Amino acid sequence: MRSRLVRQIEDRLMGWVFRAAGMMAVTVLLGIFAMLVYNGASAFRTIPWVEFFSGAEWRPSAYGRPSYGIGAMVVSTWLVTSGAMMLSIPLGIGAAAYLSEVASPGVRSLLKSGVELLAGVPSVVVGFLGIVWVGPWLARVTGQSNGLNALNGSILLAVMSLPTLISVAEDAIRSVPRHFKEAAYALGADRWTTLLRVTLPAALPGLVAAVILGTGRAVGETMTVLMATGNAAALPGGFFDSVRTMAATIAIELGEAPYGTPHYHGLFAVGGVLFLMTLSFNLLAERIAARFRYRA
Amino acid sequence: MKRWRKYAACLGCSYLYLSAGLVLVFLGGILWVVCYSGASVVDMEFIRSYPRLGMTAGGIFPAVVGTVWVTMVTALFAVPVGLAAGIYLGDRLRENRLNSLVRASIRNLAGVPSILYGLFGVAIFVRGMGAGASVLAAGLTLGLLTLPYIITTTEEALKQVPASMREGSLALGATDWETLARVVLPAAAPGILTGVLLGLSRAAGETTPILFTGAAFYLRYLPGSVFDEFMALPYHLFILSTQHHAIDTVRPLAEGTALVLLGFVLLLHLLAVLVRYRYRRHHHF
Repeated sequence: MRSRLVRQIEDRLMGWVFRAAGMMAVTVLLGIFAMLVYNGASAFRTIPWVEFFSGAEWRPSAYGRPSYGIGAMVVSTWLVTSGAMMLSIPLGIGAAAYLSEVASPGVRSLLKSGVELLAGVPSVVVGFLGIVWVGPWLARVTGQSNGLNALNGSILLAVMSLPTLISVAEDAIRSVPRHFKEAAYALGADRWTTLLRVTLPAALPGLVAAVILGTGRAVGETMTVLMATGNAAALPGGFFDSVRTMAATIAIELGEAPYGTPHYHGLFAVGGVLFLMTLSFNLLAERIAARFRYRA
Repeated sequence: MKRWRKYAACLGCSYLYLSAGLVLVFLGGILWVVCYSGASVVDMEFIRSYPRLGMTAGGIFPAVVGTVWVTMVTALFAVPVGLAAGIYLGDRLRENRLNSLVRASIRNLAGVPSILYGLFGVAIFVRGMGAGASVLAAGLTLGLLTLPYIITTTEEALKQVPASMREGSLALGATDWETLARVVLPAAAPGILTGVLLGLSRAAGETTPILFTGAAFYLRYLPGSVFDEFMALPYHLFILSTQHHAIDTVRPLAEGTALVLLGFVLLLHLLAVLVRYRYRRHHHF
């Protein structure tokens, strides 16, 4: 038996180690934010605020007078994301409802493993399939010269945001108290009516949170959109135009932007905007979900 | 009215089946296409030989080795730190404000897009620490990305251990640390291992965090130390499918790379699932 003192010192020491590790998570989050602000702020020494936020054109290497406006890439990002969500919301909520209301335990665990596996497919592989598979298919169906456009990106992002959407939505639907449903059945409602009129409305805040989290996932996705949307840095007119999102712009240009130039810092500023978008999404989803949680 | 309603119900339920089925079709489609197109390219020769003739022929050996290396660095960094942070959150009996702050940070970190981890890696590891573009910088960047995942699953696994086990140990006079190390951690180990493997499987497939922190276009040698640049499977696939000068010629190589990458990632994934499956069968608290 070791002495009491040694054991107590050891105990105290390990407590500190664990606390320090816990603090590290906070530090990293703050660190990412601080790094983006610090590097991004340097950009505004040369780039006017108004130009950055209201300008449509991002042409950092244009000869003579480069322009740094994030308008086009913000619009592109939202175009691709909204297309993705239009596809994935009905599908994801349908699948989540199936998982929690219809599926037998065996089918459910099988399908959940499938969803988890889908989440594990690397985004670069999904992007690759967008090039070799979805692109040519889209070109054939729509009669365009090539299928590398916003719609392609939307389809891929829809697939990529599905796992997040499904798992959060399923949790929301399952957390609806049983007596809600039992009351509906007692009144003579069938399963479908109960789901549509009672369960889903009761789970609505959780479903909204799921949608917001899925959107956050799609907004920040890089590789798939980088590979499958054609990357034309112009204001898109529709889903058949080639687009370049914020994340894709950073990925394309950071390698070629010389260190310390306005271009380099500008990319960090774009990253800062992206960070604030996704962070506010997460916080919003958290608030909505926490506020309307059912207590068992 | 009643008939109409029955109709709607039938239609509605089949919609649920349809959407669940479609999700499976997506997954199956991805797996099938990658396996089908890559199967004719991939063999031992492909995995064990270097790229030749400007990457239009040969194999992907340096990319395989690079991915294994960088995943190992990721594990060396993220596993101990993630475990410790997970223990901090999961082993507390009381909640306090610091805990909830840490927990909120981790939830939000999990939502930060991977490209921003890449920016962070460039600013902090490559430039700030002077590690340069290297296996080390890329591994640390991927490690940060994996941390929230490992922390959350560790916390969950620890919470699954019934309080009675912990209380029994404490009642026998063990300290918190002894209870943790001898009783709680062993009981939670399979759950933690599952989380670690899933986290690493994700890290191995990520491209954006390593894009500027160490992945190289083409190298004729393997990384000699953690301070060298490296080739990686995801980045290699990206290059072969979008950046190469003869994209059509290298398409089969890209298909092969996609299969090897997916195989590697899914192997780790499968290991995780196996661990969880065994654990479920053998442990019933």
